[in-house]
Amino acid sequence: MISYVARRAALAGLVVAGAIVVTFMIAHAVPGDPAAAWAGPHASAAQLAQARRFLGLDRPLPVQLAGYLAGVLSGNWGTSIHTHQPVLSDLAVYAPASLELVIAALIIGVAIGVPLGLVSARWPGRAADHGVRAASIVGVSMPIFWMALILQLLVADRLRLLPVAGQYSPDMMFTHPLARRTGFDVVDALITGNWPMLGSTLSHLILPALVVAAYPAGLIARMVRAQVLDLVGEDHVRFARSLGIGERAVFGRYLMKLAWNPVSAAIALVFGYSLVNTFLVEAIFDWPGLGSYAASSVATLDIPAILGVTLFVAMVYVLANLVVDVAQAALDPRIRLT
Amino acid sequence: MIDADVGAAAPLPAASPSRARAAGRAARANPLLVAGGGIALLIVIVAVAAPLLAPVPADAGIATNPFAVLRPPSAAHLLGTDQVGRDMLSRVIYGARVSPVIAAYVLAIAAAIGIPLGLAAGYFGGWLDEVIMRITDVFLAFPPLLLALALAAVLPASLTSVTIAIAATWWPWYARLIRGQAASVAGRPFIESCKALGISRWRILARHVLPNSITPLIVQVSLDVGGVILVASALSFLGLGAQDPTPEWGLMVAQGQPYFPTAWWLVTFPGLAILVTAFGFNLLGDGLRDVLDPRGAILR
Amino acid sequence: MSLEISGLQVRFGARPVVNIDRLGLGDAEILGLAGESGSGKSMTALAVLGLAWSAGADVSGSIALDGLELVGMPERELRQIRGRRIAAIFQSPAAAFNPVFRVGRIVADALARHGLAGSEAADRVASAMRQLLLSPDLLRRYPAQLSGGQLQRVAIALAVALRAQVLLADEPTSALDVTVQAEVLELLRELRARDGMSVLFISHDLAVIAELCDRVAVMRQGRIVEQGRTDAVMGAPGDPYTAELLAAVPVIAGGQGLG
Repeated sequence: MISYVARRAALAGLVVAGAIVVTFMIAHAVPGDPAAAWAGPHASAAQLAQARRFLGLDRPLPVQLAGYLAGVLSGNWGTSIHTHQPVLSDLAVYAPASLELVIAALIIGVAIGVPLGLVSARWPGRAADHGVRAASIVGVSMPIFWMALILQLLVADRLRLLPVAGQYSPDMMFTHPLARRTGFDVVDALITGNWPMLGSTLSHLILPALVVAAYPAGLIARMVRAQVLDLVGEDHVRFARSLGIGERAVFGRYLMKLAWNPVSAAIALVFGYSLVNTFLVEAIFDWPGLGSYAASSVATLDIPAILGVTLFVAMVYVLANLVVDVAQAALDPRIRLT
Repeated sequence: MIDADVGAAAPLPAASPSRARAAGRAARANPLLVAGGGIALLIVIVAVAAPLLAPVPADAGIATNPFAVLRPPSAAHLLGTDQVGRDMLSRVIYGARVSPVIAAYVLAIAAAIGIPLGLAAGYFGGWLDEVIMRITDVFLAFPPLLLALALAAVLPASLTSVTIAIAATWWPWYARLIRGQAASVAGRPFIESCKALGISRWRILARHVLPNSITPLIVQVSLDVGGVILVASALSFLGLGAQDPTPEWGLMVAQGQPYFPTAWWLVTFPGLAILVTAFGFNLLGDGLRDVLDPRGAILR
Repeated sequence: MSLEISGLQVRFGARPVVNIDRLGLGDAEILGLAGESGSGKSMTALAVLGLAWSAGADVSGSIALDGLELVGMPERELRQIRGRRIAAIFQSPAAAFNPVFRVGRIVADALARHGLAGSEAADRVASAMRQLLLSPDLLRRYPAQLSGGQLQRVAIALAVALRAQVLLADEPTSALDVTVQAEVLELLRELRARDGMSVLFISHDLAVIAELCDRVAVMRQGRIVEQGRTDAVMGAPGDPYTAELLAAVPVIAGGQGLG
């Protein structure tokens, strides 16, 4: 098991290194001049040159790349041209909100998708199956930004069931101020025992998380259905049935455990996809996450920030894949025994 | 050099008459395929016949009508008018010309890059395979939308940029898919006989490996159309793609957002169009997969 | 009689794959069901288990277990019968166990299903395992870590632990080495002698049937063309098909054929 983890981790590291190179090359395809963005519109020629030297733009590209690579590995992700803060600390400020949203969305997606997929597989061809299949295709066909706007209108504005935007009620900041520990609002409220704040953060989290969860729920329902249907003709199902084991256990326990393998691979895929999806809805829900940071970076040609966000998401994605690989090996002994 | 046609000895490529007949029968028994195909066909018809279907074709371009700004849906304007007075119905109809066409270009480019690379990697193997696979690994380290986002962000905002950005992030999937197929086909005995007959590598690749590897790709492409439409409209929504006056649905949602929810029709109908189009193509792709049943195609 | 089959028809849509007038399995008897692939032997076993639906087939006729009619019995009641009174082992033991669960987990689940849990269950399983010359420790392993012979014996041990009256064995030794095959056959004989278990032994291998079974029924295209005591049928086959099958059995030089 340890050797398996080590092997996968090493591979992941290589991939991340490659990702850094690619990101770097993309960011330097920018037509504008970052030195001008840094120095400002009224900079003189001398100041521009100085800015260029400061930003390391006067050095040849491979040297810049090497410098960047070394910097990333040692914790220096550059300085944001816009905020003038280290990119890494900017990320630490903005990332938790996005991650919180994605994790909540994935939990909802799995909680909805798995049972629906199982129901669909247990009674294939019947009404429930057709319903689930149609709903899951709607889920993966949904334009996220549109669903956010529509749901915001219907649920928050018209029906007044849930808050419209923000991470928590603004007045809560005065009545029950939230102490920041981890940066994840829900977690912080939980560990500091701030129950009113916990309620507020959770109720604000639901709507955006539901919107982002549409795609994962749809995908997972389809995967579970496909996997279970694939396996239902296998000999071990026949054997289990011949022992008198009921259908609920056959599907819910025996088949589901086998289905986790590809489903968890799907979860990793969906994690990255959903993280970027949150960027689309953050503006709509006033969610102060990476999306807002990325938007402003793009607008100001803030290359270090653009690089930082892209790299961060890529790393999270690779990490998610690694975690899933390891979890798969833990769940399915065949993987680590081979 | 003997240039014999070993077609008779080779396994039937994907598109042979008897398999097509069987596929036709299965298609009729498959409501998904029919429904999806119907919707997709409808979109295509709308796109092609846009000038005939749209009440005010001029509104799909630069047009303003200050007297009819922000009108709710009515008999005169079935889907209302937008913030410069353009008929929404016409714009939504003309939008059917934009998104699917972008998807077509993207997938064509991605396939044009991915197929040759995948074939080469799978058939020749060795260091070429390693190199190509490592490159795709790195590209696949980025969630699809992210890389497209980053690229579109650094390129000047236009539909061309969006097309390039998405295609650049899409080709690795196809390279991977084809490579797996090509590698397994390359090991089959009939390829050996081709080589023994002295048929050139390129001919083997083109006439024997490719047709036998292509089916999963066809399914994957049809599954991807919906996905690409979603990404393209998302990028336009963010302002990185289509610019006014192009009637791109994602752009229209973004343009309508400031007037939301009062002038709800500005956002609702273009977004609905995206949903229906993506849904139709996804359904079609799903149905095709059921009918052709290759392994390994996934809906993303 | 333990198991009495009469007028059994198993159909895929309009196409019948099994059409048995009469077939009986007595107490403590080993009955061989012989025939080529596709003769309907396996579907017969599935029908007895009430699992023909899982293959997409319909069943009509009568299958009586000690007088209790199984055809048309509600699924809930059939689940009480499966495993507990009629158990089954199949051709590919490696595929019979869900690969992501430890073998013991499936055994425990099956026993729990029939109301046996805790130490009583553990004792029964342990003694059944030892009866089949297996160490109870093997239950902690995953199927991939056990050999085909071991897995098949675990499956039989499960039937023993559940105290099943009837064991349906569908080509149980076809996937095993000859030496392991001999062990499994010997174990079946012992179960019959010691516990009075009846076995319906399905196989295309006439040599094995000749060695193991008291009586034999020959199936062809879903019908029973001949049945009777093994030595009688093998020695003087009444039906030309039986004769064909016997003639096809290879004779090793210096040894005895079957005919």
